[in-house]
Amino acid sequence: MTSKNSKVVELEQVVIRFAGDSGDGMQLTGALFSDSTAFAGNDFATFPDYPAEIRAPQGTVAGVSGFQIHFGHKSIYTSGDLADVLIAMNPASLKANMKWIKDGAIIILDADAFIEKGFERAGYASDPTLDGSLENYRLIKAPISTLTREAVKQLSLDNKTVMKTKNMFALGIVMYMFNRELELVNKYYEKKFKSNPLVVEANIYVLAAGYNYAETLELISDTYKVEPAALEKGLYRNVTGNIATAWGFIAAAEKAGLQLFLGSYPITPATEILQELTIHKELGVKAFQAEDEIAGIVSAIGASFAGSLAITTTSGPGLSLKSEAIGLAVMMELPLVIVNVQRGGPSTGLPTKSEQSDLMQALYGRNGEAPVIVLAAKSPADCFYAAYDAAKLSLEHMTPVILLTDGSLAQGSEVFRLPHVADLATITPPLAKANDAAYKPYRRDPEKLNRFWAVPGTEGLRHRIGGLEKEDGSGNVSHDPMNHQKMTLLREAKVEKVADYIPELQVFGTDDADLLVVSWGGTHGVMLTVVEKMIEQGKSIALAHFRNIMPLPKNTEAVLGRYKQRIVCEINNGQFIKYLKINFPQFKYTQYNKIQGLPFMVAELEQKFNELLNA
Amino acid sequence: MENQTIDTGLLQLTKEDFSSDQMVKWCPGCGDHAILHAVEGVFPKLGVAKEDFVVVSGIGCSSRFPYYMNTYGMHGIHGRAAALATGVKLSNPKLSVWMITGDGDCMAIGGNHFIHTIRRNIDINILLFNNKIYGLTKGQYSPTTPRGTKTKTSPQGTFERPFNPGELVIGAQGNFFARGLDTNPKQLAVIFEEAARHKGTSVVEVMQNCVIFYNKAHELITARETRDDYQLHLVHGKPLIFGKNNDKGIVLKGTRLELVTIGENGITEKDLLVHDQFEQDPGVHVMIARMAPPQFPVAFGIIRSVAAETFEKVMENTIMEAKANSTVKNTDEMLRSANTWTID
Repeated sequence: MTSKNSKVVELEQVVIRFAGDSGDGMQLTGALFSDSTAFAGNDFATFPDYPAEIRAPQGTVAGVSGFQIHFGHKSIYTSGDLADVLIAMNPASLKANMKWIKDGAIIILDADAFIEKGFERAGYASDPTLDGSLENYRLIKAPISTLTREAVKQLSLDNKTVMKTKNMFALGIVMYMFNRELELVNKYYEKKFKSNPLVVEANIYVLAAGYNYAETLELISDTYKVEPAALEKGLYRNVTGNIATAWGFIAAAEKAGLQLFLGSYPITPATEILQELTIHKELGVKAFQAEDEIAGIVSAIGASFAGSLAITTTSGPGLSLKSEAIGLAVMMELPLVIVNVQRGGPSTGLPTKSEQSDLMQALYGRNGEAPVIVLAAKSPADCFYAAYDAAKLSLEHMTPVILLTDGSLAQGSEVFRLPHVADLATITPPLAKANDAAYKPYRRDPEKLNRFWAVPGTEGLRHRIGGLEKEDGSGNVSHDPMNHQKMTLLREAKVEKVADYIPELQVFGTDDADLLVVSWGGTHGVMLTVVEKMIEQGKSIALAHFRNIMPLPKNTEAVLGRYKQRIVCEINNGQFIKYLKINFPQFKYTQYNKIQGLPFMVAELEQKFNELLNA
Repeated sequence: MENQTIDTGLLQLTKEDFSSDQMVKWCPGCGDHAILHAVEGVFPKLGVAKEDFVVVSGIGCSSRFPYYMNTYGMHGIHGRAAALATGVKLSNPKLSVWMITGDGDCMAIGGNHFIHTIRRNIDINILLFNNKIYGLTKGQYSPTTPRGTKTKTSPQGTFERPFNPGELVIGAQGNFFARGLDTNPKQLAVIFEEAARHKGTSVVEVMQNCVIFYNKAHELITARETRDDYQLHLVHGKPLIFGKNNDKGIVLKGTRLELVTIGENGITEKDLLVHDQFEQDPGVHVMIARMAPPQFPVAFGIIRSVAAETFEKVMENTIMEAKANSTVKNTDEMLRSANTWTID
């Protein structure tokens, strides 16, 4: 396998999209290629593209499952716009993905699946490989099914088992094209199917068959190489946003010396956080799958009262159901983190698609004046730090925090340099001391304005709290008019005080740029990609990306005021821009919004920003 | 039956240890006062440190209860007390967790949490104050209001079928259900103590009178002239016998209960159904819980008390086992336990 007849072309970055029927194993194929990419030392990010249905009818466009990986020699911030290479296991995969590939892209398809029946199911009137519609692409029609059968015929396996290995044939072709070693994939199978050597053998044979087929195939004249990226030294793992979120809370609980309690109810696309936390019983995590969203958050409030780092995880509709209980936590002034993995709304909306449309709900979606801290994670790996920071702020300031992530972050993955808990910021919850004669339920720390946490079981601190308005200090139920005003202002001031404890807004680019791009949360990767690229092209542009939403960083006004033009870009109909207009009405803003359940593309942003710069 | 072993010798607590300094604001004559006194009387007997009690509630007249107990307490939101209690207990299983709720709080808006908490068998003591009306909102029918009752939202009489709390609890696989009466605080104290010692979710229905919005809801059961004929006090291992002259009883005939008079038709005490509160099969317990006037008396005392594994115990054990069997001892090790690569 070592001698190569073809020429090796060096590339800066590549986007590959694996697509097939739901049952074709495209997610595994993508994951194995990702592992190989990590081994090659590239920076990368991935994104799965599942159908909303579990198993839509075979061969239909609705049943296509995809996996995209973007890897490079340079820093990679997103899973990529359009693909350079598409692997299409059937006509439906081709049809569903034509809009996601570049002009001139390489398309590798299973020629055996391109038959009348397949065209019909995919909704093609005729063979798309013969009607001229693919003229601008480099088409590799490989008889993948036939060659897979051929490769394992001596193993006498049943047809179903054989067909399950054809994804390895496709992977073998791609591995050859990108000069990858097969050893890593072989090892995966040897480990995973230890008890079934026949399956191991079949997959290894088919992978090698795909590789060898590509090597001898004249259509592939060149192979490609992407040099390792200049990543910081350290130990790395590939992580999705949901998994990173779960890990961030585990780390925070350990650092704070508290038990971690999750009360949650399964909901797309947040469920993996619950699943991941149920796995980590070895670290003492208590994950409780409640009967509904309300019981999820309310059990967490109970656990918080009892002294746990308590969290609840959900997505949009679930956040609606939790609203009343968030108000209770605001009134009780207990630590609690609510993770909202945003999806397309309203109502059930687009459960498997991403959106940034719950910002207003996070800020204001409760009865009464009920301020909470709002944070928004900026990348899959940042979900670890965002969860950690949310826990820290909630515990130290004794107030609920809403952490916004989104479907793209949740399902997308990127490389994560593993931190050591010892190096993370300290977390010091304001626990009341046993038998403290001065303890009163609503006596406050003069600096942060938080009350103190008196945990059941602690001697001399018995007290009652609840949803009725509390008298300042004593915490007794109070309907006094002036007290209510005072307490409302105190709750607001407590959250505003947090601005003293969060980092200032950092701008990417110079202070005198002609255009300031403003964004928040999960769009950071694409915004940075565009702005970095345009700065390299000599454009006068800068990026201010927000991770702290409530309160805003203290220098927000100064940063916004420094620029002549501001454009606020969001995957919604313009919520952060409204929030900025409320806070800083003196500035003029333009906006760019996309509400299609799809991420921003580099090209569309670049075009928009150039229009503004050239105007 | 599995009882908690409690060493009462170490703690010298009195009723006063649990009286809070807050003014009790229930209406004069409300049945809640008697229940509060009964609970205050029971807590010192349980051998639990006063810091280890947590009393939680939802919304309603009964839900003001935590403010009147000098313990750790939470007055939550409507219907969600069971979820609050669940979080407290799972977070720290050493705590003695009490949930105070009413017929509306627990069986209407909070019905879901109520049945699921029972199903899981989390060790929480639920005191359900059943006055068959919405008191705090001033007189609308509740899930236990008898059919046909005229209330502010049923001017022609309700046409809903009411819940029988015992039937609901046992239907949700409840292992402990008892019934008491606000006018019989002595019996309440005995029941509350049993409920506290039962491991798992215990539900005590207290038939309680709202003097303002549904006064005399339980009159047939409580009035001096009729009460002996409509109250049946259960004792484990004893026949179901009642009546002014102690001559009425309950027999199990085929698949249903029947009321009989001792001495008539050759019936003797030996023919009566003998109460077995520890019977695993819920069939007879449901029948006893369902007994109601005018055909039957209402059963008071412990109807069902069956030992079963608690949720929090299994959770704790699973965690202990996972800790013992894993080589991963902290976050750093967990993060580095699989699929890593080095950049150098």
